[in-house]
Amino acid sequence: MSGIITKVSGPLVVAEGLADANVSDVVRVGSQRLIGEILNMTGDTASIQVYEETSGLGPGAAVETTGMPMSVELGPGMLDNIYDGIQRPLPEMRALTGDSITRGTDVPALNREKKWYFTPVAEPGDHVTAGDVLGTVQETSAILHKIMVPVGIEGEVVSVETGEHVVTDVIAVVRDKKGEEHKLTMIQRWPVRIARPYTRKYVPSRPMNSGQRIIDTMFPIAKGGTAAVPGPFGSGKTVVQHQLAKWSDVDIVIYIGCGERGNEMTDVLMEFPELKDPRNGEPLMKRTVLIANTSDMPVAAREASIYTGITIAEYFRDMGYDVAVLADSTSRWAEALREMSGRLEEMPGEEGYPAYLASRLAQFYERAGVVECLGTGDRQGSVTAIGAVSPPGGDISEPVSQATMRIVKVFWALDSSLAYARHFPAINWLTSYSLYMDTLRPWYTEQFGEAYMQNRERAMHILQEESELQEIVRLVGQDALSPADRLTMETAKMIREDFLQQNAFVDEDAYSSYAKQFRLLDVVLRYDVLCRDALQKGADMEKLFAISAREKIGRAKMVDPKNFEGEYDAIEALMKREIEEVVAGGEEA
Amino acid sequence: MIKEYKTIREIASPLMVVEHVEGVTYDELGEIELPNGDVRRCKVLEVEGDKAVVQLFESAQGINLAQSKVRFLGHPQQLAVSEDMLGRVFNGMGQPIDGGPEILADKHLDINGLPMNPAARAYPAEFIQTGISTVDGLNTLVRGQKLPIFSGSGLPHAALAAQIARQAKVLGDNETFAVVFAAIGITFEESEYFINDFRRTGAIDRTVVFSNLANDPAVERIATPRMALTAAEYLAFEKDMQVLVILTDITNYAEALREVSAAKKEVPGRRGYPGYLYTDLATMYERAGRRQGKKGSITMIPILTMPEDDKTHPIPDLTGYITEGQIILSRDLHRKGIVPPVDVLPSLSRLKDKGIGVGKTREDHAGTMNQLFAAYSRGKDAKELMTILGEAALSDDDKLFARFADEFEKVYVSQGNDVNRSIEETLDLGWKLLRILPRRELKRIKPEMIEKYMPDEE
Repeated sequence: MSGIITKVSGPLVVAEGLADANVSDVVRVGSQRLIGEILNMTGDTASIQVYEETSGLGPGAAVETTGMPMSVELGPGMLDNIYDGIQRPLPEMRALTGDSITRGTDVPALNREKKWYFTPVAEPGDHVTAGDVLGTVQETSAILHKIMVPVGIEGEVVSVETGEHVVTDVIAVVRDKKGEEHKLTMIQRWPVRIARPYTRKYVPSRPMNSGQRIIDTMFPIAKGGTAAVPGPFGSGKTVVQHQLAKWSDVDIVIYIGCGERGNEMTDVLMEFPELKDPRNGEPLMKRTVLIANTSDMPVAAREASIYTGITIAEYFRDMGYDVAVLADSTSRWAEALREMSGRLEEMPGEEGYPAYLASRLAQFYERAGVVECLGTGDRQGSVTAIGAVSPPGGDISEPVSQATMRIVKVFWALDSSLAYARHFPAINWLTSYSLYMDTLRPWYTEQFGEAYMQNRERAMHILQEESELQEIVRLVGQDALSPADRLTMETAKMIREDFLQQNAFVDEDAYSSYAKQFRLLDVVLRYDVLCRDALQKGADMEKLFAISAREKIGRAKMVDPKNFEGEYDAIEALMKREIEEVVAGGEEA
Repeated sequence: MIKEYKTIREIASPLMVVEHVEGVTYDELGEIELPNGDVRRCKVLEVEGDKAVVQLFESAQGINLAQSKVRFLGHPQQLAVSEDMLGRVFNGMGQPIDGGPEILADKHLDINGLPMNPAARAYPAEFIQTGISTVDGLNTLVRGQKLPIFSGSGLPHAALAAQIARQAKVLGDNETFAVVFAAIGITFEESEYFINDFRRTGAIDRTVVFSNLANDPAVERIATPRMALTAAEYLAFEKDMQVLVILTDITNYAEALREVSAAKKEVPGRRGYPGYLYTDLATMYERAGRRQGKKGSITMIPILTMPEDDKTHPIPDLTGYITEGQIILSRDLHRKGIVPPVDVLPSLSRLKDKGIGVGKTREDHAGTMNQLFAAYSRGKDAKELMTILGEAALSDDDKLFARFADEFEKVYVSQGNDVNRSIEETLDLGWKLLRILPRRELKRIKPEMIEKYMPDEE
């Protein structure tokens, strides 16, 4: 079935003679066979969003529909790979067409020549349903890829292969109730705009460990939860996203560079193979899929990239893995949506964004969650979705930030004034929030005792108080404060500088275990308690602030993570002794 | 065969509608021949059936609907490139205006370029010494980076950019260096300032100038930076040169874009700029960088004047989201007579971490950099407090920080436009200033470094 182009306006192409095509079908446009997708249909005329540059395209050229919606290929070979927004592997495109991305390049997403060792799990005669594991492939040293029965197929296993196979080989045959035989390969296809099915969804109840103190202790996110990282430029959004991609205790990370800088993707590409997962020592790249649709690549493919990413995430979730999807940045995605909407001459909503912006965003984030996977046996998987938001001028009253805030449960608000003072991560402790505190509290208490959450609340309380005291200081100077308030200010400063600040570029500090986070905060808060007590006994405040243990606390986060316990014990002992000395000195005088 | 059409239906500068066309494609370049023989250029923005909407690059003055002829050339806008471009001056459309001969083209390249495959990029990590402490020490520039200067009307951004162009070098290497300079809607005087500076230092022989001055047609400005970048790509990736691209002023570029967008009756985004301003700027800025297996590089310094010194204005805002940091000039510092008036705290180089340290600059670079930032920030806070409450309200430590902030501006920031400091000088100067502060406050620097570079004086 093919049609003829009647209009070209940037990435929007209108073609007639496509009566048989469906809305959302993928089409091939012009002699270069550019990839496009049908957005609207009127009679036999289709409005098509083209995912590649349309320069040189004109009326009269042919449009051919594939009859299939925009889909991704799912199977072994995705990990350790980097794709563009419509799942074309960038390294293979480079081998084919050189350093620049040329148009109409057709490369299969999964390598057709690479052989994988398939180990069967199902046996002939087994009754299998969608989601059941037929066999496994050790895709990378870190991840065992489970080959599942595709959705829509149920029946008896007739035969199953074993040994080296390429992805297109038949690895199992399943006979359904009607007696029809389905030849299954290692590839599944799935339309990106439709969420993959699951048996049931749960409320998230376990935290995702990120190794970042302000996140894990102050504003934790649950596995299967949603979070947004808004911030003006230069506030460290991307570093936060990279840190999460590096250190999160999930099995798989899908990193979507959506309309952002090319060099940032290069950074990930160069760094991740070198970095080791702190939990199993494997290179981080072995558990990562990168989707790179940088800002200079076609804008329509940017719109598709976040769907491509989350569909791949859902596929790994269905194997029973915990997956994190990091999208940097959803604002660029929204802009792509706005651009297409403008070309379609739709009635604009706020700031020119289409009226359906909020519902599209909600649909994306709602694909996150903890689920009981399809198939027999109880397999649980999760998709955690974390989106960066780039509000113009850092002003979060704009539509994308507002629509995002209505959906996500965790909000890590980045603050440019913190960034200017080189306080990183520049997550503002007063404006950020996590709505998972209540559901996660039992987990923290079970793992580390009541003290963990109590410490957190005390620290938050001190920081709150500090901001109120700062108002007073600004008006009348700090001499007007009582010694107890001065101490609060001092402790708050320690919480900020010695606990919340974390240097992503120093090995000892980049990742902080729960145990280290807990002890570090505990040391700071103990200083507060001891000093408060000492002040009561009449100790000299300035002397308390000047004890040498203070400097040691300041450097405590840099202590080697392997033997921090001993060091922290020593700091605490020193601190106690020095404070006692100050108290004793005060009494003598 | 190229067809000529005499079917111009409508002109509403800078747009024109041509009817009854055949085989015209999107983004194609066209020529309009006026009755008097003048030829002007245009490009196709939209084709629908046999109707083409065309954007003029030059003024519409004198075009006659009945008698003017339109030809479509079958390719997008191109630039003839060759190594002979070095030392030459071109107008905003890539035609020589220095009286010299036409360029014998080695190649004709599409000025829109192609997006670089992220898998083909090489990460910028080679330190460029600009000789300016606030850049080298605190906001380090690396090869292949795009680092804009955010300025305001009346601030000396031209002097800073010229100083960078003059002093920039990569330590210990002798590769060929070239400058591509695009004047986008700036005044003759400003453009001459740069060209004279290039001449004075002899850099002119290694410079390609594209000049669209304030009195040249505004729509031509949309092509000017792309011409410059096409030339830069050719020199960097085909001729292995280290190219520094200076684009000034991006604000004029964005305004030209707004003009065309308004003429097209597009739904405006913020402040009337088109919704695709981000994407449009990104396709230019992202052409900077390095490629794996290629010797050359494109380092880009776009200059923009922030309307009302407002960093949240769409042009600086969107630029900041694309570029790898920014150097911000401050009116306060300029008034205080500090040259160059770089506002250190909001300035940033995102790529500095990979370009500094052992083997690149010096082991103490990262630590002192963070410490100087933190100390200056605290010092500025202390000074602010001091203006409200008087000096007596400050703690002893804060007084020291306030003094540090003053000295830092006077000695470290204000170096003048003719001083070229080596990175060692810059780092040592940092240590000298840090001595003002109590040692226990130097938490951002490893104790070993403090021992080594700031041994006790007593």
